[in-house]
Amino acid sequence: MSTFLWAFLVGGGLCTLAQVVVDRTPLLPAHVMVLFVVAGAAAGGLGVYEPLVKLAGAGASIPLPGFGYTMVEGIGKAVRHEGFLGLLTGSLSAASAGIKAVVLFGLAASLAFHPRS
Amino acid sequence: MSRGVTRLDRGVYALAGVTVAGAAAVGGAKEGAGPLGPRFDLTIEDDLHGTTSFEAAEASLALQAVDQSLKKSGLARDAVDAVLGGDLLNQLYSTNFSARQHQIPLYGLFSACATFTEAVGLGAMLVAAGGVERALAMAASHHMAAERQFRYPIELGYQRALTASWTATAAGAVMLRPEMGEQASDNLGADRAVEGGVRVTAVTTGRVIDFGGHDPMDMGTAMAPAAADTLERHRSATGREWGDYDQILTGDLGVVGSRILVDLVRDGDRFRDRHEDCGRMLYSPDQDVHNGGSGAGCAAAVFAVWAYPRIQSGELRRVLMVATGALFSPTSYQQGESIPAIAHAVEFECIGRGA
Amino acid sequence: MPEAGNPTDKATQTAYEKLAARHRPTAPAWGNLWRAFVIGGLICTAGQAVISFFEAHGYTPTTAAPPTVVVMIGLGSLFTGMGWYDALVTWGGMGGSLPITGFANSIVAPAMEYKREGPVMGVGAKMFTVAGPVIAYGLAAAFVVGAVRWFLGLAA
Repeated sequence: MSTFLWAFLVGGGLCTLAQVVVDRTPLLPAHVMVLFVVAGAAAGGLGVYEPLVKLAGAGASIPLPGFGYTMVEGIGKAVRHEGFLGLLTGSLSAASAGIKAVVLFGLAASLAFHPRS
Repeated sequence: MSRGVTRLDRGVYALAGVTVAGAAAVGGAKEGAGPLGPRFDLTIEDDLHGTTSFEAAEASLALQAVDQSLKKSGLARDAVDAVLGGDLLNQLYSTNFSARQHQIPLYGLFSACATFTEAVGLGAMLVAAGGVERALAMAASHHMAAERQFRYPIELGYQRALTASWTATAAGAVMLRPEMGEQASDNLGADRAVEGGVRVTAVTTGRVIDFGGHDPMDMGTAMAPAAADTLERHRSATGREWGDYDQILTGDLGVVGSRILVDLVRDGDRFRDRHEDCGRMLYSPDQDVHNGGSGAGCAAAVFAVWAYPRIQSGELRRVLMVATGALFSPTSYQQGESIPAIAHAVEFECIGRGA
Repeated sequence: MPEAGNPTDKATQTAYEKLAARHRPTAPAWGNLWRAFVIGGLICTAGQAVISFFEAHGYTPTTAAPPTVVVMIGLGSLFTGMGWYDALVTWGGMGGSLPITGFANSIVAPAMEYKREGPVMGVGAKMFTVAGPVIAYGLAAAFVVGAVRWFLGLAA
């Protein structure tokens, strides 16, 4: 149960932080999404994001920093097996399920739905 | 009354012998639900308006505004010498595509949300100068089409800033023609009495003013200095004071821009008494439009359904209309340029009634 | 009214910005923040429920991550298609945009929108308007971080 609480608190906290950046700087939401993915990758590299994922589960993996973290983790795994080439293959393999799903759903939605006001 | 154009100052002209023969406006569902909704000639319920794209829907709105104003002026399409007008979409999509239908000779104009007064002013000058007998000025905008071009796809979630304006789904058109009398030989116009008409008496062409506003979500701030500049040039060249007008109507400054404008103009307190803004009139506060309405069609529609009938009835005897436009594009904005703005003024007077 | 030159000099711009700022409504900062917190928190809690579901069906916390992401992206896409997600973001701001469901929204919304411009230059190209930069810079950042760790021998 406590994982659910932490998921709520950490996930909500990350989103609140992003909202502060949007409200207080000239950055647009698209900029902030990029910023947070990059920050997630950096935090993953520094080893501070993994404990957060362990603690908060989806609270850390579902917000976009988790996406950046996933890609860094993928590289870490890949270079152990493939060496240098892992730097190129690792991040996309790790993120492949998400990217492929979103592209397929996007194409499907373009056939199934119409924008409304 | 004989026609003519007199230069009062650079970009400021006094006109004689030009009247507005009819005005019409078409609006979307949200506009129809607003305070001016019942006065629209037509409102559409569906944003696509029976077409397959929002851009085509805007062109259809523009065409309907043109046809409605023709109907109210008792004229056929082939009796009109020229349409002057514009919209917000790239390469004047809706103006050009509606002109493909109506086949009236076209002057496509762009001053963003100030296009309507640019079109009326220029059209009135053409008629006053002689040669052009009937000119139709129009402007159109569509909320969805503008969102697509300037901001985001419709279903992409984002929060609108409190200072952001709501692009109106609306189109307005007015017919300009010479005052009757010497035109008695013109069988198309001889039936209209001079009494109760609306005369275009002066025009001020705006300059492009840029005070460094950067935020497309706050166009009131970007446009207020342009409105102040045009108002001051018009006032000093015509020798009038704010009290000489029954109404000074700005276009699309909204709540924020209107408050700034009062600070910028000379004699702000007296100005405020006479001032109203189209952007604040089109929607009611509970319609969640934040700063108010905007878009080329906003000022056109508010003039057609609100101001024109009041001038015609003599309730307002002299009205100065100053529509404002923010002249930015997604390109200029992304390249970090500030937002230049322009405002064009047209002065209207009631003819005869109760004088 | 200051005299207009174009572009107006810096001093005039600063003075004008000060004047204009007095008339602007101040952002409802606290309201935005707690709404972002609630929406973001709820989406992540839902994500945690999906993880728990997969864990109850034989997945480990690590192997549960990819299918969870797929389910959340599916939900974000469906809500976008039904026209609900933009309302959720209007209310919850970054609480709706920052989770992976918001990432799905950023792809699905333009994919729906640009149908009229055709399947290639419309849907195919425009669907990456927001997601493209996120993927590009995410990959670049991961490469840099991964390379640094590799050179430092941390990844071994």
